[in-house]
Amino acid sequence: MMSMTPMQRILTTLGHKEPDRVPVFLLFTMHGAKELGMSVKEYFSRAENVAEGQVRVCRKFSNDCVYGFFYAPIEIEAWGGEVIFRDDGPPNSGMPFIKKFEDIRRLVPPEVGQSKCLLKALDAQRMMKEKVRDDIPIIGTVMSPFSIPVMQMGFDKYIELIYEHKELFEHLMRINEDFCVQWANAQLDAGCTAVCYFDPVSSTTIIDKELYLKTGHNIAKRTLSKIKGPTATHFAAGRCYSIIEDVMQTGTSVIGVSVLEDIEKIKNDCKGRTTVMGNLNGIEMKRWTQEDTTRIVKDIIAKAGKGGGFILSDNHGEIPFQVPDDVLHTIVDAAHEWGRYPLQWLK
Amino acid sequence: MENQLPVDDAAIYIKNMIQSLLSVNKIRAKMTLMEASTAYQPIEVVEKVIVPSLEQIGEGWTMDKVSLSQVYMSGKICTEILHDIMPQNHTIRKKQLRIAIATLEDFHTLGKQIVKSFLHSSGYEVVDYGNGRSAGDLVSLTIKDKIEVLLISVLMLPSALKVKEVRRKMRENQAAITIVVGGAPFNFDDKLYEEVEADYAGRTVSDAINIIRSIENSRGL
Repeated sequence: MMSMTPMQRILTTLGHKEPDRVPVFLLFTMHGAKELGMSVKEYFSRAENVAEGQVRVCRKFSNDCVYGFFYAPIEIEAWGGEVIFRDDGPPNSGMPFIKKFEDIRRLVPPEVGQSKCLLKALDAQRMMKEKVRDDIPIIGTVMSPFSIPVMQMGFDKYIELIYEHKELFEHLMRINEDFCVQWANAQLDAGCTAVCYFDPVSSTTIIDKELYLKTGHNIAKRTLSKIKGPTATHFAAGRCYSIIEDVMQTGTSVIGVSVLEDIEKIKNDCKGRTTVMGNLNGIEMKRWTQEDTTRIVKDIIAKAGKGGGFILSDNHGEIPFQVPDDVLHTIVDAAHEWGRYPLQWLK
Repeated sequence: MENQLPVDDAAIYIKNMIQSLLSVNKIRAKMTLMEASTAYQPIEVVEKVIVPSLEQIGEGWTMDKVSLSQVYMSGKICTEILHDIMPQNHTIRKKQLRIAIATLEDFHTLGKQIVKSFLHSSGYEVVDYGNGRSAGDLVSLTIKDKIEVLLISVLMLPSALKVKEVRRKMRENQAAITIVVGGAPFNFDDKLYEEVEADYAGRTVSDAINIIRSIENSRGL
């Protein structure tokens, strides 16, 4: 089979057909800073840095996407919250800006067009698009309306809100949904091919299925239906097997699978309907040997690769800064060798 | 013992307690514990009803049968009920290790809150050093307060790797403090706790209780 561009490879995969080989999404956020010899904070200070760094790491590792993601708390920054940078990992959100439940009534969502940090991210995505045109998909990201309150108000208070303050919870969801749709569509307009909808709170690791069906599920259905492009739902290493049919009903095109799950079972359930992405262990990855890496990549491809509809990726949605280049090159080499379609070696 | 109930009765209390906690029904949970406390001494209510209930809930999380939000609410409810039904200033455990808990260079507090409330509900007093503490801060505080067991909760990998710095600084200060770590990075890599030179890693809140008991046993408490 002739070699495809990453965009052709992904479109074929999403169409549940076998492209030339298994596509690989190495979801880099900070490695571009290393490439440019900058601190994480300096890297994210200018759109030009991020555009150059993300495209550079994409090409270095023959990645099948450019990750247009800055950092999770960029949305919190837009809401007026604090972001704490560090040199050895992704920025964190600082003290929650919703201090007490009643603050929710006074919340006003940010306007994307008025937010310096979000405009910077959109500029970076536009520059990425100029660099890669239609050859490589650019992936934008949003935090789901249901999951962002973890950063807005703290995880413990948010769980209490869900159980004990239903009216305020619903109010917060409406505000967050409006913002999420606005932010996702702005990224698509800036040149992103698809948007990754990070929704770890909907995972059954965090809430039970019954509660998910009353909350995160409906919120995802409403939100994704208003996003004007394809979406991937990612649970950031949380489990989703017992809600997989419900997640597919939200209209998402791709589901990110945790290393805690049996990816073969999930692939079989999703076959021909939703693409499965996963499930390399990003935490363990930093100490993998070459043999470990090849064995693990082969195993995942054997379980989920057949018939297309599968993207090899880490299970969290972000490659830790500590993962050495050698491991990343080995992942890609193994995927290129053992992921070539048709997967003859499985016969 | 006069107040000793048959095992079956304790099992019924546990079953009712687990059902109440998982459905976040504080009133029913409180009624169950009040009923148990008419027959049991406070330490027995804790050991025979609360601890096994929370342990089963914690275990349920590792098997995807119980969610983290149910685990959190269970600990919170138990802490609140104990506060309501136990006499003020009542110390459940007469002898215990000096235990502290903190998040290390990390502002994700849920894990810490859950472990703290489970330990409180199990009758342990725990000093809370708060969130986002540096390695230096933690070592100074634990030495000053003569802490014997330091529980460190993290969500981010870089924070998990900082535990090694805590160990190094403790060694420099000749402080023989037991370090127990917990949080997502340790759940996703079962060798990480050895790499950062922690003594124990807890995968669930029930592990935290068991680890504390095991340290107590090893020290003859």
